[in-house]
Amino acid sequence: MEKVTVALAGNPNVGKSTVFNSLTGMHQHTGNWPGKTVSNARGTYEYNGAEVTLVDLPGTYSLFASSVEEEIARDYLCGGEPNLVICVTDATCLKRNLNLVLQIREITDRIIVCVNLLDEAKKKKIRVDLEKLSEELGLPVVGTTARSNKGLGELMQAVDLMARTHEGTIPPKAVPSALAETADRPDKPAKTADGIGAQTGDTDAQADEAVRRIVEQSGRIYNACVQEESTDPHSLDRRLDRILTSRKFGYPLMILLLAFIFWITIAGANVPSAMLSDFFTSLQAPMLRGLASAGAPEWLQQVLVMGIYKTLAWVVSVMLPPMAIFFPLFTLLEDAGYLPRVAFNMDRCFQRACAHGKQSLTMCMGFGCNACGVTGCRIIDSPRERLIAILTNNFVPCNGRFPTLIVIISMFFAGAAAGPLSGVLSAVLLTGLILLGVFMTLLISGLLSKTLLKGIPSSFALELPPYRRPQFGQVIIRSILDRTLFVLGRAVVIAAPAGLIIWLLANVYAGDRSILAHCTDFLDPFARQIGLDGVILMAFILGFPANEIVIPIIIMTYMATGSMLELQSTAALHTLLVDHGWTATTALCTMLFSLLHFPCGTTCWTIKKETQSWKWTALAFLIPLVTGIVVCFAVSHIMGLFI
Amino acid sequence: MKQQFTNSNQSLDSLPLGTRGVVSSLTANGVQRRRMLDLGLVEGAEVAALHQSPSGDPTAYSVMGAVIALRRDDARKILLESNCER
Repeated sequence: MEKVTVALAGNPNVGKSTVFNSLTGMHQHTGNWPGKTVSNARGTYEYNGAEVTLVDLPGTYSLFASSVEEEIARDYLCGGEPNLVICVTDATCLKRNLNLVLQIREITDRIIVCVNLLDEAKKKKIRVDLEKLSEELGLPVVGTTARSNKGLGELMQAVDLMARTHEGTIPPKAVPSALAETADRPDKPAKTADGIGAQTGDTDAQADEAVRRIVEQSGRIYNACVQEESTDPHSLDRRLDRILTSRKFGYPLMILLLAFIFWITIAGANVPSAMLSDFFTSLQAPMLRGLASAGAPEWLQQVLVMGIYKTLAWVVSVMLPPMAIFFPLFTLLEDAGYLPRVAFNMDRCFQRACAHGKQSLTMCMGFGCNACGVTGCRIIDSPRERLIAILTNNFVPCNGRFPTLIVIISMFFAGAAAGPLSGVLSAVLLTGLILLGVFMTLLISGLLSKTLLKGIPSSFALELPPYRRPQFGQVIIRSILDRTLFVLGRAVVIAAPAGLIIWLLANVYAGDRSILAHCTDFLDPFARQIGLDGVILMAFILGFPANEIVIPIIIMTYMATGSMLELQSTAALHTLLVDHGWTATTALCTMLFSLLHFPCGTTCWTIKKETQSWKWTALAFLIPLVTGIVVCFAVSHIMGLFI
Repeated sequence: MKQQFTNSNQSLDSLPLGTRGVVSSLTANGVQRRRMLDLGLVEGAEVAALHQSPSGDPTAYSVMGAVIALRRDDARKILLESNCER
């Protein structure tokens, strides 16, 4: 079969990933904010007897400035692999988008221009004359609305036609020198043969001229091909922005929205959690009987059911419902384009901390998973500020820690309030904890900027993309299938062997006590100083592979038998914890330590990969840990004065 | 939004909200200059100041049909034409 490779280029946030997903049937995560795609994703489709490989390049405004994404995109285009390029553009912001098309045209004429988001343009009464555009550019132009699969047939047809009329791949070619002049940084050798440009005087003027020529050309083509039938097509966006980022409502709305999402999550998760838990418990007795009748020895029954199965059941029934509610809600916000506004509102705080404004975006990714948040830090160009964002990402609790926080809040702090109020109180407390995490992020970022990572904030421009109506159905299905099940799968894979190990530690005896008891006794004196006990601290250490299993470990350890009792209700769990000496202080310190402790194994591994340095990985481990110890020590001793 | 704000030696950060200006030159250099150019902040480009973050910085500008937020320190490096007769 014939093979064709197509590079997918475009400005950030024009729906490239949506085009990619629609064509290949793959599920690259998409979101309405710039910088979602940080590495080249690949997918294939078949058309007219040819196998077409699509390579989704990171979104870039240009190919010649020197951010990591731009380098990836440029090197790939000039690297001799792709046969042609699809340049995806946003029909509602075509003028700026044409810059990139014209820049790529300086490298090759094998471009298909895909004018995406035609539905949004129609809503804003922006009319794009595609034929005229094609004529002006001298390139094939296809109009699409990728999220409802419109125009994709034509796009595939255009790819097919171009691949058949052009032999071979895009010839590797030096970047046009005028465009590349300022692409040099002192620490990076130039990519071009002749581009040893100084950063002043003549070269700036040359680059200015080259870019200005392109911008002028874009403007001219835009005026010839696009008609704005409304005087201000973006008036709705402007009005929304004036509310969502206003001096009066900007911050309160942000916090309310967060609290509201938590409230729905907590209130909605209770019932399904209890149902799942009942269901899993009801399977337990038949499983034991089945194993017994199959002739399995007593110890094996215990290991499989009391060790592995119970831990798994706990993780699934406690984690699945909140995740299946929280992820879709958060994805809706993301899809609508609210996250860049959060970054816009929060920027001043990050400026004070000498950090990068896009750090808010990486923190939002950390809500899902800190490892994803760390990878997402690639959207920050300045190496100093990227490191700060990586080192502090763990102060945002990932979804593996949310269940821990929610369970403890509802047992110890919200239980006093009756009925629906208890859900509200839980949400408020959880929001408070998150705000504390944000505060710690800013504090530590500021401290790092003054000490280890001295420097002044680098410049950056944050694009505030148009708001889009989220695709409810697709968001819910995708976020449950891709994100929730993925994270749950990871938790299950780790929880199963962890359940086994804990069972063994708790049931293998050295002298008259189990190994687990020896360990927790050893940790106990120190743990008491920071408001915990040996068991809780041990659970955090054993929970290093995945934070999800911290609470199950605590429960298992407290059980004299070495496995979890029947714990259908949180009330039973509450009794168990109180019987083992938990007070409000213990609960508070456990939550604080959950928020402020070392990153999980996956995150540490990702940090090592991203920083290429053991030193920074060690710091990323130690900074939150030391912060947690200090905060918990202070809190437990202050609480001790009052109680 | 039609009103043209005119003042001599003005930089983008002092453009009042709701008004437009025309870029005359950039005092930034290197990568930063390049980034600004790529966003469409070239000589002769029209810019409008839209709204501010709740804390007063950064400010969102409309540039080439897109909304771009710039910090005050960066906007200061973008100079506007002093006399536009439009």
